[in-house]
Amino acid sequence: MVKDQEFLEKKASYCLELAKKLGATDASVNVGSSISETVNFRNKKLDESNRSDNLGVDITTYIGKKKSSISSSNLLQENLNILIEKCIETTKNTPEDEFNALPDKNLLAKEIKELNLYDDNHIENDDKIKYLSRLEASASIDKKIVNTESSFTEDKSNFILANSDGFCKGFKTSSFVASSVAVAKDDKSMERDYEYTLKCHLDDIKNPEELGKAAAEHTIRKLSPKKIGSEKIAIIFDKRIAKGILGTFASAISSSAISRGTSFLKDMIDQKIFSGSINIFDKPDIVKGLGSQSFDSEGVKTETLKLVEQGTLKHYLIDTYNGKKLNLKSNGRCGGTSNLYFDNGKISYKDLLNSNSKCLYVTETIGHGSNIITGDYSVGATGFLVENGEFKYPINEITIAGNFKDMFKNITLADDLEFEYSTNSPTMMIEGMVVAGK
Amino acid sequence: MTNFFEKSDLSRNEADKIISDTLKKCDDGELYLENSKSESILLDDNKIKNSSYSSDLGFGFRAVSGEVVAYSHSNEISKNSLKQSSNNLKSTLKSAKGTYNYSIPKSNKKYYQNINPIEQKTLNEKIEILNQVNNYLRSKNDNIKQVTANFSGEQKSIEIIRSGGETLTDVRPLVRFNVSVMLEKNGRKETGVYGIGGRQSYENYLKEGNWKNVCDEALRIASVNLESKPAPAGEMKVVLGPGWPAILIHEAVGHGLEGDFNRKKTSAFHNLMGQKVASEGVTIVDDGTLDNRRGSLTIDDEGTPTEKTVLIENGILKNFMQDRLNARLMKTRSTGSGRRENFRHIVLPRMRNTMMLSGKQTQDEMIKSVDKGIFAVSFGGGQVDITSGKFVFNCTEAYEIINGKIGSPIKGATLIGDGPSILKEVSMVGNDMMLDPGIGTCGKAGQGVPVGVAQPSILINKMTVGGTKL
Repeated sequence: MVKDQEFLEKKASYCLELAKKLGATDASVNVGSSISETVNFRNKKLDESNRSDNLGVDITTYIGKKKSSISSSNLLQENLNILIEKCIETTKNTPEDEFNALPDKNLLAKEIKELNLYDDNHIENDDKIKYLSRLEASASIDKKIVNTESSFTEDKSNFILANSDGFCKGFKTSSFVASSVAVAKDDKSMERDYEYTLKCHLDDIKNPEELGKAAAEHTIRKLSPKKIGSEKIAIIFDKRIAKGILGTFASAISSSAISRGTSFLKDMIDQKIFSGSINIFDKPDIVKGLGSQSFDSEGVKTETLKLVEQGTLKHYLIDTYNGKKLNLKSNGRCGGTSNLYFDNGKISYKDLLNSNSKCLYVTETIGHGSNIITGDYSVGATGFLVENGEFKYPINEITIAGNFKDMFKNITLADDLEFEYSTNSPTMMIEGMVVAGK
Repeated sequence: MTNFFEKSDLSRNEADKIISDTLKKCDDGELYLENSKSESILLDDNKIKNSSYSSDLGFGFRAVSGEVVAYSHSNEISKNSLKQSSNNLKSTLKSAKGTYNYSIPKSNKKYYQNINPIEQKTLNEKIEILNQVNNYLRSKNDNIKQVTANFSGEQKSIEIIRSGGETLTDVRPLVRFNVSVMLEKNGRKETGVYGIGGRQSYENYLKEGNWKNVCDEALRIASVNLESKPAPAGEMKVVLGPGWPAILIHEAVGHGLEGDFNRKKTSAFHNLMGQKVASEGVTIVDDGTLDNRRGSLTIDDEGTPTEKTVLIENGILKNFMQDRLNARLMKTRSTGSGRRENFRHIVLPRMRNTMMLSGKQTQDEMIKSVDKGIFAVSFGGGQVDITSGKFVFNCTEAYEIINGKIGSPIKGATLIGDGPSILKEVSMVGNDMMLDPGIGTCGKAGQGVPVGVAQPSILINKMTVGGTKL
């Protein structure tokens, strides 16, 4: 069982009291406990079981404007005493920073919203095994599938965040995730693809047959890929890739990148950075939402932000430290976004595929090619050539490149938004990017 | 050395009993105990942004039967906790009918000293150097808009207890010093990053004002990038500089030669043992035994002494990298390549210091032979799709080559290639092998481990460059 609220609160208040006693003017502490159980299958047989029992504490102490922090997985009192003492010593020796402070008291969350993020159901490993057997049976029906790997993880977490201004709150969350990876082979190539399902509640995850079938289909259709020539071409990003582009946008508007001057979106508030049809929301209070929360990692309450309104940037993602530096109030985004999404576009998925006589449909990218300082983007890609709305053949060993400043202005979204992840996008088309191939 | 049982209600004898009882019908397994201490001190935006310290303690208990691995880990080294883990392992491996393999090779060699680098320099000394770095760089160039510099240091003590009570221990120091610079000129911003490190005290890397060389290098890279033009797009010849660009070897070939992917036949190399996979003259080794290197290990995380493993010899595939599990199933021996990020993770076969050895040609000859291509000097991260063999990496410093001469610097572009065929496209191997400065971290299955790479300059006949200029 994960540790209960009472145990975590006791540890948290012990740390705060000791820090104060040893000379801290302020302090904050996060105590967390999680238990996770995973079963892995490979080629229809049990491959691995893994049980993970985690405890951890993070403590930050302040002496005036000096700050330092420690973390540990050893919560024995004797160890905490040594660490907090060390933390205070380090704090004394760390130079002042005028922006170091706990969050403003009036911004702290007063309540925890009932968002239904915890499911007390426990699925025994034997039942995970049954689920995975069904999944792999479905994934390996086609003879072209030569290898299957699948996994089921149940995770239960609890935490308490407390600070010396009296904030002391936390909540339990759970997650159930099942995934299927298939490898397919023909005489020309070997390819791999996947599908997964992730939910807070056990009853909401996809059925195993559906999952296995999807992974197998995604993989088989990639066989015998071709390489295309280098050209300028419209690119359609599958939802699972489009959400990554939204994620890059979020990193570029984090107050830390803005205050350090290391973002291509610095000084762009109230400027049009997307085409006029684009709206972006960050909504923390979606029931059962994978990114839902009542407060951020400093305890500041989170409310829905319309980050981009009709193409215009309205907010950065602000925490206490960088907010003070930018002379802005925290909007409860220390630690990043909650449930981030593009609002639906106006055209159907089918019409999007048909909007150009020829386009590249990207299902996977590899590499770390997003530069948020310059906005340059260049990654390896695999996908399909689409002609007149029809998928023609798979493509690989190409790269796609552009600059986000231009890419953002050329986004067209389909109307097929679903809440599958914590960051979600409808299918996305960007025109004017360069493909490098042969 | 950490005494893991000193403050526990669990005695060493009781632990031995639980281990032997749990593993009696298993083929392999062990209790892995770990105590690590780490620090990070960060200067950013003219200030000490962060000074943090972390201590991590826990165990991972593993039982292996046939192809099945059961694993359970916890932060609490206690009787209850170990018994709970034991029950978990037993319930997964109810039908185990194996015979435990007690044998494990031994060696007295050590590749780094038993030190705690965190304690060897005071916080104030480290802060002082970071401030000097900041002042030095900002006084050197008016276009500097941002300087980030950090120290990170770690000491990790591990103890492996096998069934029957055999115990293997290691204490591993690791440090890294990193500088990143951002320049702005005419509204354009570019960065340069450089770092050094390994398994020694900070002092070994910082003596004689060596931190200035790190600053100069970061500044030089940023200045080059400030003048860069859009990169070309399409297939062309690529000359790789020596040292860190060997990350190409790591991504393109290294991962595909790890035992697990080949046992599972999901690597593009799985049926190529003994065959020609690279041009003549190409020899690649994975070496855990280099003194004080970031990727070196005295013993791996299963207790096997590390070694220098020849992967490809003069173009022929000779060996895969193996941990105990994959070695047993593939009827070979462990190469001391079983690694894990920490006690929370299972062991996987991983790289250590992966090196392509020197050949005979000079870098000059390579450049002169290229009509149209690029010269890549440094890279950011890379990634590979093991199954299709396709890999990418991002240039952080690269130049055009036109008619045998190095031309303008080009913007960070992604290079993409095909792992199994790329080494056959190597047409010249340089005489200038160099180790990387000690900065690599390799990710696999969500686990990061420190690694090293090395190579001489090489000429690759054909790769796709992912620029924007058609």
